[in-house]
Amino acid sequence: MKEKAPDKKIDIRGLVCPYTFVKAKLAIEDMEVGQVLEIVLDYPEAVSNIPKSMQDHGQAVLKVEQSGGKDWIITVRKEKD
Amino acid sequence: MEFTDEQVQRYSRHIILPEVGGKGQKKLLAAKVFLVGAGGLGCPVGYYLAAAGVGTLGIVDDDIVELSNLQRQIAHNTKRVGMPKVESAKKTFEALNPDVKVNAMKGRLTKDNILDIIKDYDIVVDGSDNFPTRYLVNDACVMLKKPLVSGAILRFEGQVTTLLPHDGHCYRCLFEAPPPPGLVPSCQEAGVLGVLPGVIGALEATEVLKLILGRGDVLKNTLLIYDALKASFRRVKVPRNPDCPICGAHPAITKLEDYDAGYCQLGG
Repeated sequence: MKEKAPDKKIDIRGLVCPYTFVKAKLAIEDMEVGQVLEIVLDYPEAVSNIPKSMQDHGQAVLKVEQSGGKDWIITVRKEKD
Repeated sequence: MEFTDEQVQRYSRHIILPEVGGKGQKKLLAAKVFLVGAGGLGCPVGYYLAAAGVGTLGIVDDDIVELSNLQRQIAHNTKRVGMPKVESAKKTFEALNPDVKVNAMKGRLTKDNILDIIKDYDIVVDGSDNFPTRYLVNDACVMLKKPLVSGAILRFEGQVTTLLPHDGHCYRCLFEAPPPPGLVPSCQEAGVLGVLPGVIGALEATEVLKLILGRGDVLKNTLLIYDALKASFRRVKVPRNPDCPICGAHPAITKLEDYDAGYCQLGG
């Protein structure tokens, strides 16, 4: 089965905590339940913090993967408004 | 509206909270809150509401800053002695947060001007130091069905309550009429611990934020009493009075009144 393309992408490379999560949260707030957000980031701590915080807020973390170099991609599906 | 980078930083600790978020922060920025008094209570209430990003603050006070105020009125400072309190408060709040617009009014609320002054605000906060103003503000808020967060302080004790007219109790359900002049001492006569208005003002500001956000429980039908010496909080149930002279089924009071006669006009 082919993976669903993200409904929205944000590039927060260069940002550090807590602004990484703040930006990701603002992005997902503006989306509809069921939509998927792709986050590109390079701050190491946020790679574990964003998925954890997203789950705490009731969202589904679909994927956390390194995309080459220092960059990571996190995909999150909005489950809750 | 979209947040600027500065706003994302400034409000990040709000945006992270599930109960606030970007949506809640936008509600705060769009909110209009009116403060009665720029003294002991008005200073911390306005300070925290400005910090929180409440977009419009109205503030009324007739007094000027005096040295004796500075033990507790934290928006003012030594250099501003002699300046109108509302002007000093406006400078402080707008310097803290440029997102906040402060409408400063030096003067007194009266039966003739209050309805017009508060009508465009979402919530009123009473930090006044006298009973005539307290009853006038209550009656006006009942008439306009405007939420009123009310606080009071004396010596080591303070109280807070949130009045939601025609839904919860009003000030007259609690105390039907003002006490006779001279019966209740003012801060000037009895003293007040300087930090007390900070505690009570912070509680009032918390009530305001919850009302704007539509989150949590407010002090509806409840009086919260803080005793600083005992370090204790007490909650007292205050039912609505069906025979309340202003919010009851058959109100005796149908127009506003000034109760000024005989009351000390000095600031607390």
